[in-house]
Amino acid sequence: MFPEELGWPLRLWIDEFVDWLVINYGDVFEAAADSVLFLLVGLEQGLRALPWWLVVLAVAGIAWHASRRVGLAVGLAAVMLLIGSLGLWDKAMQTLALMIVAIAVTVILGIPTGILAARSDRFRALLLPVLDLMQTMPSFVYLIPAVMLFGLGKVSAILATVIYAVPPLIRLTDLGIRQVDPEVLEASQSFGASPRQTLLGVQLPLALPSIMAGINQSIMMALAMVVIASMIGARGLGEEVLQGLQRQEPGTGFAGGLAIVALAILFDRISQAYGRRSQRHRTVEG
Amino acid sequence: MAIVEFTDLFKVFGPDPAGALARFRAGADRDALREAGGHTVALADISLAIAPGEIFVVMGLSGSGKSTLVRLINRLIRPTSGQVRVAGADVGAMTDSELTALRRHRISMVFQHFGLMPHRTVLDNVAYGLAIQKQPRSAYEATARRWVETVGLSGFETAWPDELSGGMRQRVGLARALATDPDILLMDEPFSALDPLIRRDMQDQLLALQGDLTKTIVFITHDLDEALRLGDRIAILKDGALAQLGTPEEILLAPASDYVAAFLRDVNRGRVLTASSAMQRTPPQVGPGQSSAASIAPETPLETVLPLVAEQDVPVAVVDADGAVLGTVSRQDVIALLVPK
Ligand SMILES: Nc1ncnc2c1ncn2[C@@H]1O[C@H](COP(=O)(O)OP(=O)(O)OP(=O)(O)O)[C@@H](O)[C@H]1O
Ligand SMILES: [Mg+2]
Repeated sequence: MFPEELGWPLRLWIDEFVDWLVINYGDVFEAAADSVLFLLVGLEQGLRALPWWLVVLAVAGIAWHASRRVGLAVGLAAVMLLIGSLGLWDKAMQTLALMIVAIAVTVILGIPTGILAARSDRFRALLLPVLDLMQTMPSFVYLIPAVMLFGLGKVSAILATVIYAVPPLIRLTDLGIRQVDPEVLEASQSFGASPRQTLLGVQLPLALPSIMAGINQSIMMALAMVVIASMIGARGLGEEVLQGLQRQEPGTGFAGGLAIVALAILFDRISQAYGRRSQRHRTVEG
Repeated sequence: MAIVEFTDLFKVFGPDPAGALARFRAGADRDALREAGGHTVALADISLAIAPGEIFVVMGLSGSGKSTLVRLINRLIRPTSGQVRVAGADVGAMTDSELTALRRHRISMVFQHFGLMPHRTVLDNVAYGLAIQKQPRSAYEATARRWVETVGLSGFETAWPDELSGGMRQRVGLARALATDPDILLMDEPFSALDPLIRRDMQDQLLALQGDLTKTIVFITHDLDEALRLGDRIAILKDGALAQLGTPEEILLAPASDYVAAFLRDVNRGRVLTASSAMQRTPPQVGPGQSSAASIAPETPLETVLPLVAEQDVPVAVVDADGAVLGTVSRQDVIALLVPK
């Protein structure tokens, strides 16, 4: 047995810290939660209220806009039809809304954090181990404080999803900015560009392919959280899988899983197509 | 008056530049400082003055501090000690807004690998320096178009940099630098990445432009022929120190050290040296019959003078633009300069 006197009360500290957060900043968290919830509920109701064919057309339209390829547009429309034919349309719209909001929050947090990391070596040195921890820690672990702060439900699910999904976007934003040709940066500075002008006019546009790759990876990670999110009360396709497990109905579970894969293909192809478009005219070598 | 002036300038790279500089001044060796603490003395005790309107060439081996020297002029790099003045103002002491104004209006830079923005079209690259001055597009677009045309890229306004050849890319770089109408042009090995033939075209184009514009140009190169073709004066750097500074002719006639002489070994002396260096200042005794009927201007290169004097047994008169006889050049005078001992 390891001598107890040598232990340190880590679990106590964390419990106390989270308690302290809840007591002192509960209002702040509640306000943030309310606005996210408002967005999510609005989007979810909107998607579910739309006629199904309109959603299918919209998906095809976005796919065409991203890739300029009719083949992809038709293929992704077929994927949507598959979801409907499994009888999971309504649940898929709930999951879609959850994903869109989670990805929006991921982008809003991830890109600025990546920019900060690219500008400050010290911040980056502090951040990298945190990102490693976020990615390797079993995702169940941060369901606990999420639930304590936001209660069971959609907001906690989004928080847990964002924590899991944001690291690749931060890393690839940082990488993309750091990889910008130093001579191009010097050129920008030598003409008297402010740091802000250099960031918005040179660094971000040239980092865009890398940022898009980060968004793609984040989306895939977020979809991997769908089932876990449903354990703390998020509605949607994850619920199906969970139900299959609890009621021992392999068919239900498999259908739910298939619909999640279908959504993953949808998000992946569309974000990759936008990513490819962002690569045009990003290096001087032809 | 000088437009750019370096005074007692030192630049040290590394974790503790000031400490390393103190040790260097106390006699520590450059290599020792590099090995001991990872410090590089990139420039050591540089004082020089660049005159308005001249093409000032900086030469030296790789790592001799050339790029550091030009980047101090627009403060992409800050001095460790000493001063850089542009039109009398200490660049190191400028506030952010003064520095921005300096970079936007007085100094532009041209880069070795062009430094073009791949996500902007040719026209938008040329307009970059103007666009960041927050003028509306309508105010600067005509200027940018004019410069695209001046460098010979009409018709390529909407092309992307990755669609251009190397020479065309550097024309964009040159047009971008000139579009802000700066007084000073910093050019860090601008033509090194180009094929020899294209490099010559670009040199010609630069000289032609300079004929109309008379900017002050600080031009870095490690190509001696380029230095001699373009430079009104040449500074030769060795290990961060100024090895010699002078006109091509001055340097060629009196190299300050073996290092400089080694640099000049392969120079075509007949092209650089002129009749005025070779002539004997012997008038007014020169009467008719003592020199040949032929006469030459003092700035005639010796490679042109040589065939003339080869045919004559008497010296050729050197005559300035007003017709005054400055001296004479004989076959021996020319050969003595072309073939140094
Ligand atoms: N940012 C930096 N950090 C550390 N050392 C540097 C830095 N910039 C330049 N140096 C060093 O300073 C010295 C002079 O560099 P500089 O770039 O001025 O040389 P250069 O004459 O332009 O060489 P080249 O012909 O290779 O371009 C070199 O030894 C270089 O390694
Ligand atoms: Mg250099």
